[in-house]
Amino acid sequence: MNTQEYIESGNLELYVYGLLNENETKEISELAKINPAVSQEIISIEKAILNLSSSFSPNISAENFEKIKAKLELKHGKVVDMKPKSNRAQYLGWAASIALLVGIGYQYTQLNSTSQQLNTIETEKSNLQKSVVELELKSKETATALNVIRDEKNTIVNLAGQTVAPTSFAKIYWNKETSTVYVDAKGLPVPPEGKVYQIWSLKLSPTLTPTSIGLLEDFKGNNEKLFAVSGTSDAEAFGITLEPAGGSKTPTMEQLYTLGKV
Amino acid sequence: MSLYVDKITLNNFINFEQTQKLMTQEQLIPLILNKDDRAFTIMYDMYSKSLFAVISNLVKETDEAEDVLQEVFVKIWKNIESYNDSKGRLYTWMLNIARNTAIDKLRSKGYNNSQKNLSSDNFVHLLDDSNKLINRIDTIGIQEFVKKLKPKCIQLIELLFFQGYTQQEASDELEIPLGTVKTQNRNCINDLRTYLQV
Repeated sequence: MNTQEYIESGNLELYVYGLLNENETKEISELAKINPAVSQEIISIEKAILNLSSSFSPNISAENFEKIKAKLELKHGKVVDMKPKSNRAQYLGWAASIALLVGIGYQYTQLNSTSQQLNTIETEKSNLQKSVVELELKSKETATALNVIRDEKNTIVNLAGQTVAPTSFAKIYWNKETSTVYVDAKGLPVPPEGKVYQIWSLKLSPTLTPTSIGLLEDFKGNNEKLFAVSGTSDAEAFGITLEPAGGSKTPTMEQLYTLGKV
Repeated sequence: MSLYVDKITLNNFINFEQTQKLMTQEQLIPLILNKDDRAFTIMYDMYSKSLFAVISNLVKETDEAEDVLQEVFVKIWKNIESYNDSKGRLYTWMLNIARNTAIDKLRSKGYNNSQKNLSSDNFVHLLDDSNKLINRIDTIGIQEFVKKLKPKCIQLIELLFFQGYTQQEASDELEIPLGTVKTQNRNCINDLRTYLQV
């Protein structure tokens, strides 16, 4: 059968109608693949009968289309079939959001620990600053003390240990011009709890007149044991007694630790 | 409501015409196999009316016919992997599913193939009663043309295409020689193609 005979046979119409058996159908399908004239004839027949039948279709309700889509989504068809894809996307989405959460959590922890570190560093810094200030103060004190001691105009009075404390000693640096008095108490024992050393300037004549020029407060805390006390201009001797905290109006002579004449 | 339906129908028809021009089955099949969301809509626009005409011609009741149409499209979508072009045209494959599903429906209701009769009850009258008012203006031409076809043509197309009769069954029914069934049918289709210019 040549092409024209094939076309004229009426078999191609039956092929489109779906009335041929399996072998006949397969034969025409194969022929259509290699014979454009047959293929074109089949397409034209299909167009004609598709157009004809479509023209006689009763109205299909508008909901019909949606109903089919809903059925396909519920049972089989595209939504179920597309699930692997959308699932993959979903998993990816979940994974991404979890990763993001973990990331945020990690960042938050990092931020916390960083700000803690920052706090620690701030504290350390302020501690260091305090230390620096303290050191500066100390160094200033030391410098002052040195200046005081080195001052040429000083009168240095050595105070020797007395009956209650024969091994103790002290030095008074007295600048008559500026009327400043410093006590070097390195040679005194640490006073017992509730007691304090009191410094007296003494006039020896006409009568022994003691005048308090100050207390050696915070004896333990003063590393250099160099204390500034009130000035005096007319001392003839200096003495140090151990007195109750707060000091006394008159010296307790039984507790006279050191004494020295100018 | 009928105005609304009218508009939808018209739009569907226009879509149908457009997709007919734009899509061949060779372009459509890969989309369906990919379960492309558009593919279902395109496929529905291209084939639903034709299949619904075939179904309605067998299952007369409109609601039942719509149920069958839904079932048919679900089967098509579900089983598309089993289709290949050695089985014929995609349209032909769908057509067979539509006819078989409709006949199954009739059988489940106690009908019997032999009870089918010709009388005046063929596809030409599908639009006569309930759908008269909403006939698509675009298709009036072809409907009128088909009504003017030889009665034999209408009977042949009714039996062979719409009901899936074998040549032997059609020959018996119409009392024409077996050897002329397919050539007579071809002549009818050729008249139609001349009118449609396809």
